Amino acid sequence: MIWFVATIAAVRPETPSARTLVLTVPGWPGHEAGQHVDVRLTAPDGYSAVRSYSIASAPDGDRIEITVDTVAGGEVSTYLTGLAAVGYPLEIRGPIGGWFVWRPNQWEPVQLIAGGSGIVPLMAMIRVWAASGSRAPLRLLYSVRGPDSIFYRDELERLRDTTAVSVTYVFTRDAPPGWERPPGRLDAAFLRHRTWPARRRPTLYVCGPTSFVEAVADFATGAGHDPARVRTERFGPSSESD
Amino acid sequence: MGIVTPGFVGRRRDDGGKLPPGQYLTRDFPVLSAGPTPRVATERWELAIVTETGRRHSWDWAAFTALPVEDITVDIHCVTRWSKLDTAWSGVSLDTLLAEVDTSAEYVMAHSYGGYTTNMPLPDLLGGRAWIAHRYGGRALDPEHGGPARLLVPHLYFWKSAKWVRELRLLARDEPGFWEDAGYHSYGDPWREQRYEGD
Repeated sequence: MIWFVATIAAVRPETPSARTLVLTVPGWPGHEAGQHVDVRLTAPDGYSAVRSYSIASAPDGDRIEITVDTVAGGEVSTYLTGLAAVGYPLEIRGPIGGWFVWRPNQWEPVQLIAGGSGIVPLMAMIRVWAASGSRAPLRLLYSVRGPDSIFYRDELERLRDTTAVSVTYVFTRDAPPGWERPPGRLDAAFLRHRTWPARRRPTLYVCGPTSFVEAVADFATGAGHDPARVRTERFGPSSESD
Repeated sequence: MGIVTPGFVGRRRDDGGKLPPGQYLTRDFPVLSAGPTPRVATERWELAIVTETGRRHSWDWAAFTALPVEDITVDIHCVTRWSKLDTAWSGVSLDTLLAEVDTSAEYVMAHSYGGYTTNMPLPDLLGGRAWIAHRYGGRALDPEHGGPARLLVPHLYFWKSAKWVRELRLLARDEPGFWEDAGYHSYGDPWREQRYEGD
């Protein structure tokens, strides 16, 4: 797989710790919703570091977007959310991954469940779903620390107003006043209540930190979902990595 | 060398030559799986080796744990770029399990509870290089890490070390497993950085 030289075309803040980088990638072969790229940074002495990031955007010619959350001590994420600026080059390769993917020819109900920055590949699915005019019934359950931690907030609200997508937030630490549920982790009862029931035979896409994905996947199978219809993407250790 | 990234310095670590190219060290034990974690009770667990002629050799939990157990300390390398050094396992060598299996197959497809598959050449399972591991860090292997038992082939990227392994099918010809069919490398040698198809 070859490395492309991408250029940062725009930078958009998402939350106090995360931002979206819009990249132009001459020769980009296109991608599917849910796939990721490897990003390589190289120092003047040749030292390089590579990390994987999910693609946030729907296919759009030679432009792709990634959203990067700062990981304390992460040598790649701190650069991408810090020094990286418009006009800078980055090397990327991809698209990678053919399992955690949603395609517009899927007609069955879709249940997306995100924990924190696990929203990124799911947002690509929502964007492809909206752009393709899909009639697959789509729901998103999105667990975040508080309202300030929501990625793509304006766009999600616009989509909720203009399309059939249903968006439910779970606030784990700070909930807005009067919110339907006190702050706390997603539990089996709320999941059952606010996601497609197993009898609708949805495909579930679950992305987030390992402990979140483990818990949600167990709730889902406990609620009767066929394990073969539960697709997961976990991101790794809490420390020492991006 | 790649093009220089403006302002990037990076954080070099001295790993004593134990890290394959492009890997970084972790002390955690990350979990990566494509779906929910299967919970397999040892009472209904079975491991089987099926030859290319269809001959089936199988072990239930009691028979499996009665086999000679080896303690193994190895470095493991995940294709998502983390490596973990000196991980301590116990398990049964594939040399032991394959000793009585008559085969001229050259490849293996590992099948797991939950439907996962991964392929590799049969010789990679021999010569003291592969085990069915059922203990990690002195304790029974957690389901999230592949318990009751997983394949352990530490000289290949860790996706080859199939969690929840249930069957090894011996094949005359190579076939792609789950990730291999989704664009990952068929062999997966971390020291040659064989991450993706074509690497």
